[in-house]
Amino acid sequence: MIPTNTISKELDVYAIRQQFPALNRKVKGHPLVYFDNAATTQKPQVVIDALVDYYTNFNANVHRGIHTLAEEATAAFEASRDAAKQFINAASREEVIFTRGTTEGINLVAYTWGRKNIQRGDEIIISEMEHHSNIVPWQILCEEKGAILKAVPQQDGVLLMDEYKKLLSPKTKLVSIVHVSNALGAINPVEQIVELAHQAGAVVMIDGAQSSVHLDIDVQAMDCDFFAFSAHKVYGPTGIGILYGKKHLLEAMPVFQGGGEMIKEVTIEKTTFNDLPYKYEAGTPNIADAVVLKAALDFVTETGKEKIRNHEVELLDYATEQLVQIPGLRIIGSAAQKVSVASFVIDKIHPQDIGILLDNRGIAVRTGHHCAQPLMQCYGIPGTVRASFAMYNTKEEIDQLITGLQKAIKMLL
Amino acid sequence: MSEHKSIPDIENEIVEEFSLFDSWDDKYEYIIDMGKKLPVLDDKYKLDENKVRGCQSTVWLVSDYKDGKVYFKADSDAVIVKGLISMLIRVLSGHTPDEIIQAGLGFIQKIGMTTHLAQTRSNGLLAMVKQMKNFALAYKLRTAAGETK
Repeated sequence: MIPTNTISKELDVYAIRQQFPALNRKVKGHPLVYFDNAATTQKPQVVIDALVDYYTNFNANVHRGIHTLAEEATAAFEASRDAAKQFINAASREEVIFTRGTTEGINLVAYTWGRKNIQRGDEIIISEMEHHSNIVPWQILCEEKGAILKAVPQQDGVLLMDEYKKLLSPKTKLVSIVHVSNALGAINPVEQIVELAHQAGAVVMIDGAQSSVHLDIDVQAMDCDFFAFSAHKVYGPTGIGILYGKKHLLEAMPVFQGGGEMIKEVTIEKTTFNDLPYKYEAGTPNIADAVVLKAALDFVTETGKEKIRNHEVELLDYATEQLVQIPGLRIIGSAAQKVSVASFVIDKIHPQDIGILLDNRGIAVRTGHHCAQPLMQCYGIPGTVRASFAMYNTKEEIDQLITGLQKAIKMLL
Repeated sequence: MSEHKSIPDIENEIVEEFSLFDSWDDKYEYIIDMGKKLPVLDDKYKLDENKVRGCQSTVWLVSDYKDGKVYFKADSDAVIVKGLISMLIRVLSGHTPDEIIQAGLGFIQKIGMTTHLAQTRSNGLLAMVKQMKNFALAYKLRTAAGETK
């Protein structure tokens, strides 16, 4: 047998850690253990350098100037769009729109496609495990249009697909579902969700805020109509994200915001709008962070998504194994397919108390409802403690979490 | 009796107690202990109208006005927050509306608990302080209105 080269399949986590300067800092006298990656990831040096490089060397407004700096800035801005196109395997660059993040992407679809296509009595389907940003825009739209918002129920972190099938009808105009639950880490069967929705004649939006960093994203294979994600959860900067939309839908949709950049010709009487993707990019965009997005996506791709995923799954398995041994601890969400998120509650202890005491030991976790209050209501809990792992986390850090938890529990009970 | 001590006196007392601890663990241990000792609020007060908004954990706060002094009772489902509440009650309860409104509450900073006043913590210590001062202001205005009648 030819020996397989296992080294190349494994992530050199200690080399990776060297690239994240924030991991060197101390919190309350302890080395930082950063387990709040589902909220936002830390940034590698290449991303930080790219931001400094942009402002140091080629800061200029895009698409307008004929001078060198403007050309360089435009080239970098558009190269980043191409990198994003590749990252999600969109069919064309016209389908890739820069936004402020996932939330703005969802709102853009609600305010443009939604306002044009949703009528009184129409139905929009979401799920019980949505982040508030994939609930509230649709509630606003439904209220305005007299449409009805329905939610696919879940049980123990798994969407009930039979219930979903029952909700689908000719009245269903849009299905908007989260790819990966931010509160539980559960991976939803989006291909199946999209196929069923299309059979019912509905358009599908996928919230990719949590999935983009962990899973290989192929919007063409998924066949979703819209897909949104944020750079800051993929080791990139805050304030920039991507909305993907199928070209024929984006072309037919009304504009979102009016201003410069999104126009072809303006007279006082009338404006003709620019072509895709600029039609949806009014005003001077967040050029710097858009440019830096490419550095982040390249960093993830070069490190290797599969390698990262294997490492993260190993961390999740190890953490889960350790966590369940703590008396009174209950993991919330037992989906078979999960990304590296461990969400849990401990009997008789409020998650907030755990969060405060872990921070005291330099361990950053998220506590609370994770902007998914309806999901917490399903479980009848005020919130959970969520530890979410990234490429730079280690088993040693999980050991520290476990020790921290044991100590916290001892203090609190 | 604590009723006879001024608000700044009680604040100083707490600062002195905390000066005995060198580690964060010890400080929190003490706060948790105070939280556990805070008398349980009767369920009849645990109403939505008594909830302090802006808290990740639930906090109920009720007040009473007797002989020109304001008395507070409170509870929470999180024990560290209960400990923080317990200190606020110890400092503010049993004083006149004016004393409560003017309280500087510098002890929170001096014992290193300012992080709990930050918005990011959203455990509502700030909201709690505001609510207590609002109660004091309301009693003051009500008394003033009564006197002018």
